[in-house]
Amino acid sequence: MIFNAPFISVMILVIFGLYAMVFRRNLIKVVIGLDIVESAVNLFMVSLGYVKNGIAPIYTNSPGGAMVLPTPQALTLTSIVIGVATSAMLLSFCILIYRYYGTLDTRKVRRLRE
Amino acid sequence: MMSKIVRTQANFLYPFILIFGFYIVAHGHLTPGGGFQGGAVIATGIALVIVAYGYDRIKSWIKKSTLTATESIGLLCFILTAFIGIGTSFFYNFLANSGLLFGDRVSYGVNPGYLNTAGTLPIMNLAVGIEVLGGLGAILMYMMSYGKEVDK
Amino acid sequence: MSVWDFIITNAPALAIAVPLLGAFLTPLIYRAGRKTALIWVLSVLSFTEFLALLLVYLVNTYGIQVYVFGGNPSTLVIPPDSRGIPIRIIFTVDGMSAFTALISSTIGLVAGIYSVASEKGRGAQDKFFALLLLLVVGMMGMALTGDIFNFFVFLEINSLSAAALVSYRIHGGKAVEAAFKYAVVSSIGALMILFAIAILYGEYDALNMAMIAERMYQTGFSTMDIIAMALIVVTLAMKCGAVPMHYWVPDGYGEAPGEISAMIMVASQASLYGLFRMCFTVFGLSANTHSLGWFLIILGLLSMFIGVTMAFLQHDIKRLMAYHSVSQTGYMLLGVGVGLATLGTSAFNQYGLFAMEGGIFHILNNMLYKGLLFLTAGAIIYRVGTSDLNKMGGLAHSMKFTAIFYLIGALAIAGIPPFNGFVSKLMIYESVYQLNPFLAVVAAIVSMLTLASFLKVFHSAFMGPKLYNVKEVPKSMLIAMGILSFFIVLFGIFPNIAMTYLVAPAAHALADPVGYITRVLGGGP
Repeated sequence: MIFNAPFISVMILVIFGLYAMVFRRNLIKVVIGLDIVESAVNLFMVSLGYVKNGIAPIYTNSPGGAMVLPTPQALTLTSIVIGVATSAMLLSFCILIYRYYGTLDTRKVRRLRE
Repeated sequence: MMSKIVRTQANFLYPFILIFGFYIVAHGHLTPGGGFQGGAVIATGIALVIVAYGYDRIKSWIKKSTLTATESIGLLCFILTAFIGIGTSFFYNFLANSGLLFGDRVSYGVNPGYLNTAGTLPIMNLAVGIEVLGGLGAILMYMMSYGKEVDK
Repeated sequence: MSVWDFIITNAPALAIAVPLLGAFLTPLIYRAGRKTALIWVLSVLSFTEFLALLLVYLVNTYGIQVYVFGGNPSTLVIPPDSRGIPIRIIFTVDGMSAFTALISSTIGLVAGIYSVASEKGRGAQDKFFALLLLLVVGMMGMALTGDIFNFFVFLEINSLSAAALVSYRIHGGKAVEAAFKYAVVSSIGALMILFAIAILYGEYDALNMAMIAERMYQTGFSTMDIIAMALIVVTLAMKCGAVPMHYWVPDGYGEAPGEISAMIMVASQASLYGLFRMCFTVFGLSANTHSLGWFLIILGLLSMFIGVTMAFLQHDIKRLMAYHSVSQTGYMLLGVGVGLATLGTSAFNQYGLFAMEGGIFHILNNMLYKGLLFLTAGAIIYRVGTSDLNKMGGLAHSMKFTAIFYLIGALAIAGIPPFNGFVSKLMIYESVYQLNPFLAVVAAIVSMLTLASFLKVFHSAFMGPKLYNVKEVPKSMLIAMGILSFFIVLFGIFPNIAMTYLVAPAAHALADPVGYITRVLGGGP
């Protein structure tokens, strides 16, 4: 059971993130929700590669013993890098939207529907 | 602009942050870390001085065009390193075990880690480090400049 | 080794590397002046187009091409010390990949030519062209890669550069709002795909599509596979704009500059390629392809019908065209869905393969005429300054070429005989009819509604008294539209050219997952 804890927290984090994206009225909070979902997926990948009592997969000064799987960590790193780019772009959009609309409220940022 | 205490602290910490960032970049093939992490650490140094001195003073010290050019140059170094190996295949690690720069053979098993190994990986880490420090720095500077315009 | 041999050996890698190098160098070259940068961008795009054509030739002549990044030699998929797992990133180019790469690079080149004049005088053009090249990289990468995580990375490159390009003309914040919506939708979709990739990796210890397909076939289709498949299929259907998830399409296409709308339309067709690749190659051997095929058929029917009916309500020319591209995506899903539903039965050889060929030919045709229509819409907005159909009128008096190009595109999309839309639609009607007559009836009705809708646009924009005293658009825009019109007419009169060299190899490649797997994992030439 205790080894399922990471997966349970992944689901909880995904639900929190989606809740923030759907029900929060502030665009910045939408971006935060997206980042929470991303962290959940990253946590999922890292916990997939975990080996009981494993050490970091680096030979430099390694104390010996089982190593955790390095591939999911590489995937996670790539995902983090992409996440930085996504967040930076979305936050830049937020700045521009605030400049032209004077608000970040999703109920008021809807000139496209007109 | 923040108070004198903050500015003095920033002055003191800034070179150490830079050195730590470059340490992470240079040891990317031996320790956890690498180009992106090191570049991000260096960009936090830029963020620190922006917070301490305010955007108006920083913008004459750090030019946005310099940062974007740094970003492009970093990316270019990365892709060119990948291109050099194309005689065998794209991204081929032509320096590994060659005896040249970063070309020593890695000894098997537990070892203290030698910097002069891993072939093109340290070069690519360095390229990514340059790219990330330029990119994240440019993101910070552009966001600050837009924020200033919004405030007006 | 001559240069020619070198290019042939490395063609799959160069198809990504060249536009990537181009994108990174563009901001630096732009400092030397706009003209130099434009020559650079256009030559990079032309070379990419050449490489895509070369890939089509290589695949048709020598079969599936495999390229291993960093491998020694570059065809070594499974290194001897890797315990039988393909550890490196692999590009696998079969008929369908080469087909998608060709349409991606073509629309990139056309958009590049078009934006020489249409973006003249705007700011931050170095970034614009760099992003345009990156969008081409994203589409080509999605098409060529044989690695499921690499697919996610290229999907993200595709989404991010597309979102940034949508917001290029800020348009009082409206374009930024559309771009925000597009970026959030694509990012959450990409994260769901990453989730599915992690599930597949946890189960099969591999990221290579062929390896996953093989191991999935050996161990049987588990519950976790169903979750992964649902996540991937739904997300990619959302990215290609199929109906229940189409809400981002009109905003994104509507607010982007004309040439970028055309490019994003092809970018969503790259997602469609991803959907087909996953359904046929990765899950095709293990999953129940019959119900999966019917899922695609139902999505296709809904997209066709709701897309075209929503288009009737629009009075903004770009939004109207965006709803039509939802409707056209429905045809492709319908054609290929019928192929997937009949895969492995005797009906597949009777009409399933023909339906798939119709659906895939429709992708090519849609790229041509929908791209042309978006470019004409961009030309109208360039001269008139509004996208509201109620404020337009009489443009045929002064913009004769644009009017002719628009008419070619409109007749092609409606499936009128001398143009290419007729051929693929006829193929879809004929084959789909044999699975269920109802499907063909819906497709034919939607085609008529499409014609009515585009004639309405033609009437309100080009006919009537002269309202605006405008000139014809600049030459580069006309050249871009002319290229697409030429191919529309060419493939309308001689559909066999496209059928033989592009469409039939693509359909056969999709229908043969076993050949794909054996070619990647050993055996074969």
